[in-house]
Amino acid sequence: MAAVMPAPAAQRLLLSGNEAVARAVWESGVRVAAAYPGTPATEIIESLARYPDLHAEWSVNEKVSMEVALGASMTGARAFCAMKHVGLNVASDCLMTMTITGAYGGLVIAVADDVGLSSSQNEQDSRYWGRFAHLPVLEPADSQEAYEMTKFAFGLSEQYQTPVLLRLTTRICHVKGLVSVGERIAHEPSGFVKNPERWVMVPAHAKLRIPSLFQRDETLRGVSEASPLNILEAGSERSVGFVASGPAYMHVKEAFPDAPVLKLGMSHPWPPEKMRALAAMCDTLVVVEETEQLLETEIRAAGIACHGKDVLPRMGELSPQVLLPAVDRLLGRPVPPPAPAAAPVKVFPRPPTLCASCPHMGIYYTLSQIKNTIITGDIGCYTLGAGHPWNALDTTICMGATMGVALGIDKGRGEVDKNKRIIAVIGDSTFMHMGMQGLLDITYNKGNVTVLLLDNNTTGMTGGQATPASGRDIHGKEAPRVDLARVVEALGVPNERIKVVDPYELPILFKTIRDEIKIEGPSVIIARRPCVLIDDFKPFRPYLVEEDKCTGCGNCLEVGCPAIHVTRREKVVKPSGREVELAFVNIDNQACTGCGLCVQPCAPDAIQHVPRRDIPIHIVKT
Amino acid sequence: MSQDITNILVCGIGGQGVMTATEILAEAAIAEGHDVKKTEVAGMAQRGGVVTSHLRFGRKVLSPQIEPGTVQVLLGFEGAEALRWSHYLRPNGLALVNNAKLVPPVVELGLFDYPEDPTGLMRTAGHRVVAFDAMSIARELGEVRLGNTVMLGAIADYLPFAPDVLLACIVKRFARKGEQVVDANRRAFAAGRDAVAKLLGAAATTAA
Repeated sequence: MAAVMPAPAAQRLLLSGNEAVARAVWESGVRVAAAYPGTPATEIIESLARYPDLHAEWSVNEKVSMEVALGASMTGARAFCAMKHVGLNVASDCLMTMTITGAYGGLVIAVADDVGLSSSQNEQDSRYWGRFAHLPVLEPADSQEAYEMTKFAFGLSEQYQTPVLLRLTTRICHVKGLVSVGERIAHEPSGFVKNPERWVMVPAHAKLRIPSLFQRDETLRGVSEASPLNILEAGSERSVGFVASGPAYMHVKEAFPDAPVLKLGMSHPWPPEKMRALAAMCDTLVVVEETEQLLETEIRAAGIACHGKDVLPRMGELSPQVLLPAVDRLLGRPVPPPAPAAAPVKVFPRPPTLCASCPHMGIYYTLSQIKNTIITGDIGCYTLGAGHPWNALDTTICMGATMGVALGIDKGRGEVDKNKRIIAVIGDSTFMHMGMQGLLDITYNKGNVTVLLLDNNTTGMTGGQATPASGRDIHGKEAPRVDLARVVEALGVPNERIKVVDPYELPILFKTIRDEIKIEGPSVIIARRPCVLIDDFKPFRPYLVEEDKCTGCGNCLEVGCPAIHVTRREKVVKPSGREVELAFVNIDNQACTGCGLCVQPCAPDAIQHVPRRDIPIHIVKT
Repeated sequence: MSQDITNILVCGIGGQGVMTATEILAEAAIAEGHDVKKTEVAGMAQRGGVVTSHLRFGRKVLSPQIEPGTVQVLLGFEGAEALRWSHYLRPNGLALVNNAKLVPPVVELGLFDYPEDPTGLMRTAGHRVVAFDAMSIARELGEVRLGNTVMLGAIADYLPFAPDVLLACIVKRFARKGEQVVDANRRAFAAGRDAVAKLLGAAATTAA
């Protein structure tokens, strides 16, 4: 990804919220922008990497990305970091003290909440961090606002020497809309100033600064009251008025175009006078917020009567069709029944699948064959190992948790689990994000855990971002490449207990896992094969099924490859009297890239290479 | 709710090109001077899962999501996926569906059934459905990758602007790939238009 000339100013571009934030960061003269990939925020830094004149990086985790941004801000440079909601949990240790030092150069933190859990292990409301850390929270409602508020945030940050939280949600990040863009204004850093009372957070210094947080809250409340980001729209139909921010504002405007609305662009601290003015002009006040009842509780505590989560759902995304009947019910109006055609048809589920030739399939096929185990998992494409046909993972919690959870299971188990083997699965990127510390804990505390480190040379699930072990930087240029086997050894795993295997070689993989789980003490099996969606992957000769040889045993289906399809099913009665269903298969050789995983469990050798004459030359590699 | 808004739902499976097709439709709407919002939810992992892309355009678009029962045109890249999202169609809405049948591993494992005749079920539910084989059409033109342009051709006559506006956006996207590629896409676009026009014409004759 080489830097290209960005689109000129005064153009209207179709940009996602993520791209709009990136454009604004670049225009604001930011010098340093850092992130760890995470849906739905990944594309912010990905698109920033294409702009010139700034340092963009994939950091190893969100905490480091925030610290990098803070360091840059200390020099007077404008700085930015971006993360998904759970990433801010990781970065919160930095955040809670950074709020005390404050920012010097403008410092903006974009945090993207996955409302509705499209790709996350939980749903949480990042607006809480504004309260917890005494920081202003800005909430754009579309791409244009995402762009404008990002630019505003840098000025706000510098004027009040505060980091600013830019709260996004999936319906900002991944919605494209038209954005009028401007020019970049360079911002030369004024220089690092030695000031231990400010930058060295020992108790004596922090104590002196904490009162300034309370003062800042009050000052920002005044800013919020006067800010054009918080608009009171008087409306004409005043039986019910609304408080809304972010995408919820759009839903309110669509459902109740004539109602009074206080639109909060700066939702923390919120403006009490504007809130009272809204309450005075309508009979009933409804607070429309996605996920938690945060504003609602605060507004009520301020002595203003309001409704909110008593009538609206507490989780998931809102929409006009959710708001309309809820408000009808609240006001005692008749609720129109939904149109009969609007009932969804029941169709089989289509969960995401591992790709054809995904090296993780070899791992999970093997793990599904090993009994008497407890297998802890982690966050990545490989979380899909918990699903069909493998059903191989027993736990998934948060980034890196596979290590600590596995150790805890080992130390906590009683008689009933004493003979079980404990296996911890983790991907390469997750290992470097937060798994290394857990492994150190396992070795230090003499845990009896076999770690499977799935090294596919990328951050797969978020779209193939580079890692310190992939030998490339964010621009795809060569970078120092960390050797995972040496890292593992340095973390205390004995050299003879570190195995490197090929996840396509099922017999060796099976034997290695079976041998390692039998031996006491920690061991790490590194399974190494590139993700099939990155450039490092080179396809092999595809396979086909010789249909006259296929016995319908279905062993190959247990691999879980999406390129294998059942052509017919047949019920037969075995000599034992048991009825079994046979499934005869073929392979979609447009999709097959020849990993050979399905060949290995095929008893009748029915899976063979496609004849050479039938395949295009460029994909042949044997 | 806004009456002047056009809602188009494009659905399919990760890796089929749903998002790119919707992006080109969005560019066409912008070229016609509309305000546009486009959004999608593509669940975790990259391939194989359900993908829907919502396109709304008109004078001023507020909510980015399309609500069930409000879609004017549903463009389905796969039969069962079109059925899955058919409740998003408004009464008299039109579904243009590629006949492709992509069967996921959970069905191959025998855990769930793939519906016999997805578009038939949609018709039974009272929807107007045109089902055609975009991939065969593309293959006849010599390149399966033209399937997406066939799909765009299929919808071209059911938009509130001239088909040429959409064609211009396709041409613009492929311009740097040379005249041959552009011509192939023009043919694919025309073939998609023809396929739907013939089937809808036939349906009208049968009804009469």
